[in-house]
Amino acid sequence: MKVNVIVKPKEAVLDPQGNAVRDAMRHLGMPEVRSVRIGKYMEINVEGEDADLEKRLHRLCRDLLSNPVIEDYELVKTNGARKTSAIRKKQK
Amino acid sequence: MKFAVIQFPGSNCDQDCVAGINSVEGLQADYVWHKKTSLRDYDAIVLPGGFAYGDYLRCGAIARFSPIMKAVISDARAGKLVLGTCNGFQVLCEAGLLPGALVRNRSLRFVCEMVTVRVELPDSPFTHGCTEGTLLRMPIAHGEGCYFADDKTLHELNHNRQVIMRYADDRGRIVPEANPNGSIENIAGICNREGNVLGLMPHPDRACDARLGSADGAKIFRSMMETVVAQHARAA
Repeated sequence: MKVNVIVKPKEAVLDPQGNAVRDAMRHLGMPEVRSVRIGKYMEINVEGEDADLEKRLHRLCRDLLSNPVIEDYELVKTNGARKTSAIRKKQK
Repeated sequence: MKFAVIQFPGSNCDQDCVAGINSVEGLQADYVWHKKTSLRDYDAIVLPGGFAYGDYLRCGAIARFSPIMKAVISDARAGKLVLGTCNGFQVLCEAGLLPGALVRNRSLRFVCEMVTVRVELPDSPFTHGCTEGTLLRMPIAHGEGCYFADDKTLHELNHNRQVIMRYADDRGRIVPEANPNGSIENIAGICNREGNVLGLMPHPDRACDARLGSADGAKIFRSMMETVVAQHARAA
């Protein structure tokens, strides 16, 4: 099973890194940019596939991969498809 | 009296901590490798600064699962004094021994300078001999020292008097200009509800000798010693 985990800073948490990138984007000719939030993206390859495995993955998302005090996470099963790179290739 | 200084892979203030503790008469510090599983022989535990596990994922996120942390957590719950400085503070938050979290400095800069903190709670196990409002000078050196807690947690911290130190100017005023990293309410150090676990961004270990700019950090180690002596006297 392949899963993607996205970890994002919570709304209430200041993200100075995101603000710096927002400002850079505005500088580079895109004043329309309202906000940027920077998180983490992980591609995880796991042997096997069942509900228990998914449950254990969620537990590790809470205990290790994210800190629930400051971050939210999303866990998405992908079956190996890498959507993001597919989109990039088309644009080239 | 024996203090344990935990060494994680990537700790780099372990030697400062051992030297600082040993400079206080009556104290002896030992290095304890993070793979050990017992801290039975020690009267207090210190988690030093540094970059445990390279700060990968988040500061302290991986270190909190080191084998020694089970002993740190169980000894802390049993009332033993635990001090985490800098990276050690981050590990204590990740381990759930302290509320809140430490995030990227608001300025995005790594800050390395001498700061002044005001003692907010005079008679904590870590601040014996300091009256309320005592100013201590200690160095900081961190990129992720901006303390964050949600409103409810912050309210509890203030209500239960768990904020032990705040960044202050040299007249003791808690003002934004004295805040080096954007911490909410200038928080520099907090303890747990029971008061036996303290997390502190400044480095008492680097302020144990006047020749290095300040000896105020030694007051914290001395206070811990006095607390342990009092605990032993009560138990006897």
